Amino acid sequence: MRLIETVRFALRGVTANKLRSGLTVLGMLIGVAAVILLVAVGNGSAKAVQARIARLGTTTLTVSSGGRQVGNGATTTQNTSLTMALAQALRDKDSAPDVKTVSPVVTTSQAATFQGTSHTIAQIVGTVPSYLGASNYTIARGSVFTDQDVADGRKVMVIGQTVAEDLFGDVDPLNQQVTVNGTLFTVVGVLAAKDSTGFTDPNDVAGAPISAVQQALTGYGPVNQIVVEANSSEAVPAAQDEVTAILTQRLHVTGTAPFRVQSASQLLTTAQDTAATFTTLLGAVAAISLLVGGIGITNIMLVTVTERTREIGIRKALGAPKRTVLTQFLVEATVLSLIGGLLGVLAALIGAQFTIAGIKPAIVPSSIVLALAVSVAIGLFFGSYPASRAAALRPIEALRYE
Amino acid sequence: MTGQPVLDVRGVTKTYGMGETEVQALRGMSLTVRRGEYLAIMGSSGSGKSTLMNILGCLDIPTSGRYLLDGVDVSRLTDRQLALVRNRRIGFVFQAFNLIPRTSALSNVELPLAYAGMKAAERRRRAMAALSMVGLADRARHEPNQLSGGQQQRVAVARALVTAPALVLADEPTGNLDTHSSAEVLAVLDRLNRSGRTIVLITHEADVAAHAKRLIRLVDGQIVEDTR
Repeated sequence: MRLIETVRFALRGVTANKLRSGLTVLGMLIGVAAVILLVAVGNGSAKAVQARIARLGTTTLTVSSGGRQVGNGATTTQNTSLTMALAQALRDKDSAPDVKTVSPVVTTSQAATFQGTSHTIAQIVGTVPSYLGASNYTIARGSVFTDQDVADGRKVMVIGQTVAEDLFGDVDPLNQQVTVNGTLFTVVGVLAAKDSTGFTDPNDVAGAPISAVQQALTGYGPVNQIVVEANSSEAVPAAQDEVTAILTQRLHVTGTAPFRVQSASQLLTTAQDTAATFTTLLGAVAAISLLVGGIGITNIMLVTVTERTREIGIRKALGAPKRTVLTQFLVEATVLSLIGGLLGVLAALIGAQFTIAGIKPAIVPSSIVLALAVSVAIGLFFGSYPASRAAALRPIEALRYE
Repeated sequence: MTGQPVLDVRGVTKTYGMGETEVQALRGMSLTVRRGEYLAIMGSSGSGKSTLMNILGCLDIPTSGRYLLDGVDVSRLTDRQLALVRNRRIGFVFQAFNLIPRTSALSNVELPLAYAGMKAAERRRRAMAALSMVGLADRARHEPNQLSGGQQQRVAVARALVTAPALVLADEPTGNLDTHSSAEVLAVLDRLNRSGRTIVLITHEADVAAHAKRLIRLVDGQIVEDTR
């Protein structure tokens, strides 16, 4: 008995009961599609985060005042907040030759109104002009505020596309005045649109001189971040060391540093770890549905074996060896799961064309191979019990079965 | 061709169950069937004729005693070897036809040859020849549910003889058929026997048994009558 012959018998068995086979295949389809698609969603969100960090620029360092605060018992009189003075210290070309620009940043979220229209800007950034370059923002129309504007504390503002659309609609926003927290800001520029990269809208921003924002909105407290741009991406580690050295000296740090200096690549690593956990979690959930599909195959094959007991008896009486019967039912189970797997891949490829929960899925090729391999393995594994039951049937009893 | 017997049953017993529930279906049976014989086995239900049929057909093995089929002792064979013997040396005809559903008459007849590992073209040729022998060459493409009972049974007979077995074993082949279909099927068996096939017919109908040239009557697992 050649294998191809056995496969033909198996295919006939699969097509004999189309509805039942179809539903079993559907179970596998859902399982395989879920695995591939959810892994793709996880991967897509990871890619989105990576893209957003890459957009920050590979040459930027972010100094934030996070880290653990010193002083568990040991009294600290030193103020460890990030200040404008510190930002100024980083601009020292002698002790920080690899630093190109330094941009202190304060951020807030406030409602802006224009002629009765109100819009809450997600991120109002008070900074200096170099920040826009460091953060890869470009001006679409108008101009950026200048260092002179910063020095004078002039109430001028550049706005993102979302703000422009929501607040002004068809009106040209240039040289219009918006009210934020009771203060009038003049719009001098509109930022070019940035691609949405997932959870937040990068175009729902406004930038203004740090002096004006501190005066009108946040008060003269510490700054939230200092964005440092290195001369080149190769100079990033050197710049990081220099910035750390200056801050350590300035803040008289003895123990744990009260600040963090992170490069884009470090942020990337953190984000990738998070994304990997996310992907694993999604994959695990999907794997459960694949398992359920496999149990469905066992169930259907058991029913099939019971229903076809007599047929198995006939085949055995005609001289079918145990192994042939075993192979036939194993192939049937594998065919069911493989068809389900292939259709599942197809469904996942189609599903990946759509944006799911704000994330554009990115198919991981290895997940397709894995899902298909697993579906075949499931066919063999979950089919082996019913198949061995069929093969072990004694011909006389099988023939007597009604 | 009367040298070596096709069937040689020597003191075969078959016991079912253990202890209290022990049932002796066959109590030391001996039987020799020569090539070309046409044998009918009769007996009431419980006489052991089904058990004998299962043992003769290598579907079951005896508890004790020896059974030689075509000179081969099959009472000690493994599962796998038994499957081979069933395939090569025995052709079955069952009361319930037992064709594979949703499968054409031709494919049904081809099945034993497929299990024997024969190539498709040769298989088709032999299967068609067997179907013509039972007068159903024009029904080769029909599926069992498109055939009458008599036709189905003739397909089963074709399937039984396609491997040119040493023995055709027919278990109540006319049990589910009307008089006309019974006559058709028996005519085919008669013709097979005339062409030299060894046939063992199990039945409880005297007029069916009358087709055979030798009659064996079973009572309580023992042969009580053996007439030629």
